Amino acid sequence: MIDVRNLDVRFGQGAGALHAVRDVSFSVAQGESFGLVGESGSGKSTVLRVLAGLNPRWTGQAALAGMPLGPRDAPLPRLVQMVFQDPYASLHPRHTVDRALSEPLEIQGIGDVGPRVERALADVGLGPAFRFRYPNQLSGGQRQRVAIARALMLEPKVLLLDEPTSALDVSVQAEILNLLRRLRRAHGLTLLLVSHNLAVIAHMCDRLAVMNRGAIVEEMDVATLRRQEPREAYTRQLLLASRGYDRDVAAGIVTYD
Amino acid sequence: MTTWTDYLLTDSPSSRRQARLGQMYRKWLAFRRNPLAMVGLCIIVALLLVAAFAPLIATADPLAQNLDRRLLPPSGTNVFGTDSLGRDIFSRIVYGTRVTLVIVLLVVVSVGPIGLLIGATSGYLGGWVDRALMRMTDVFMAFPRLVLALAFVAALGPGLENAVIAIAITAWPPYARVARAETLIIRQQDYIAAIRLQGASQWRIVWKHVVPLCLPSLIVRTTLDMAGVILIAAGLGFLGLGAQPPIPEWGAMISAGREQIFDQWWVATFPGIAICIVALGFNLLGDGLRDVMDAR
Repeated sequence: MIDVRNLDVRFGQGAGALHAVRDVSFSVAQGESFGLVGESGSGKSTVLRVLAGLNPRWTGQAALAGMPLGPRDAPLPRLVQMVFQDPYASLHPRHTVDRALSEPLEIQGIGDVGPRVERALADVGLGPAFRFRYPNQLSGGQRQRVAIARALMLEPKVLLLDEPTSALDVSVQAEILNLLRRLRRAHGLTLLLVSHNLAVIAHMCDRLAVMNRGAIVEEMDVATLRRQEPREAYTRQLLLASRGYDRDVAAGIVTYD
Repeated sequence: MTTWTDYLLTDSPSSRRQARLGQMYRKWLAFRRNPLAMVGLCIIVALLLVAAFAPLIATADPLAQNLDRRLLPPSGTNVFGTDSLGRDIFSRIVYGTRVTLVIVLLVVVSVGPIGLLIGATSGYLGGWVDRALMRMTDVFMAFPRLVLALAFVAALGPGLENAVIAIAITAWPPYARVARAETLIIRQQDYIAAIRLQGASQWRIVWKHVVPLCLPSLIVRTTLDMAGVILIAAGLGFLGLGAQPPIPEWGAMISAGREQIFDQWWVATFPGIAICIVALGFNLLGDGLRDVMDAR
């Protein structure tokens, strides 16, 4: 479903250029859930933005459902949608929930707007009472539910999730993750999930790739992650760090390049 | 009484219209808590009422000359006195509100949309469009506004319409700048990325997503600018380049009274006070609107 070969992304030019993604290759089968893990700045979100069509400058090959993507192509709304990290920034502050959810339908010329919006709200566990509220009348978790509903309005095959829970309370995180699992089953979605949280990845994904400094360090399945048996030293370090702060671990941290 | 506030303040409105009205009502409640802003609003409402009912309020025909009664001090029959042609100053000020309002309205109608469109387009598209449009605004901003307006009026010929055109031409660049600055911030936001992902055209993004967010700061800027517009219009009138006699324009009235300012102080003073009050009203209103609309 998702096929990425030798993806390279650079920002800027000359001495100040940033090589954000280096020669990244991976593929995700239909209906699979794939995780990208790494520290901040490891380039994982950039990979998502390339697949979404939001990042015009890249080289290499990428294909979604067999459709090759070009660096300057417009996004493919009915094939791929994205849920962003910060639900406080991903909803237009002056548009009601109703408007946010009906606009994709209007743009794509799909009728039957009212019932579809109500169904989408019910699908993410929000009642009809939420339909005409503004984002400032919603909590973080509710906003993220609206953002998920919006991403699913056009019934895409691929859903890109950019740290969908990291801006939320711990109690709400679990709700959103369970919602995403349920929606994935119900809609037969292929998920590509970016996170720095290994527990989230372990809960959500079948396979994952660990990224460091723009490159994929290693790919493994979730069973390997659960057994804590990574191949690479960098991943081992990431696993140790994910257990929480430990003075010995912190002292022993090495920079891998 | 309680039913319609319930309707407006409900947590779960049942239509887009109710949601929007509710939002506006909340803003109004916040605005009402600011006493200075309410003073400004009262002044502007009073200005509108006076302009609407000018024939009822004025005590005499603003254009009727009576050379037997020239330069009379304020009295029972001529509340603010008479000018050098024997016209009733109070009536002229009352009718002058219409002139002022026409200027203000024409400037708002022309400047706001132009500045908004140029600024938002420039900021959203970037690249050479941005560079070309911004250099153009720089050229306009490089001159002092009044001087540029003077040059335009001198070229177009004196008159109220030309004064408005000149003010509008010189007034839009700051609006474009503000709109562009806002757009540069807004275009980076995730909700713009989200609507792009849904396949929205660039026009749709600029018009329906960027512009509504630029609007509050531009409305605030417009109301704050109104005082300046009135003063420039008065300045042009004072220099004889704005409204032509015998139109009762406040700036021109001050200008006419400047020869008698020491002996017949009332001729220039009352129009001056009127300009002062209206400019202050717009300023207070703008301040209040900023507090309510720019929730940052």
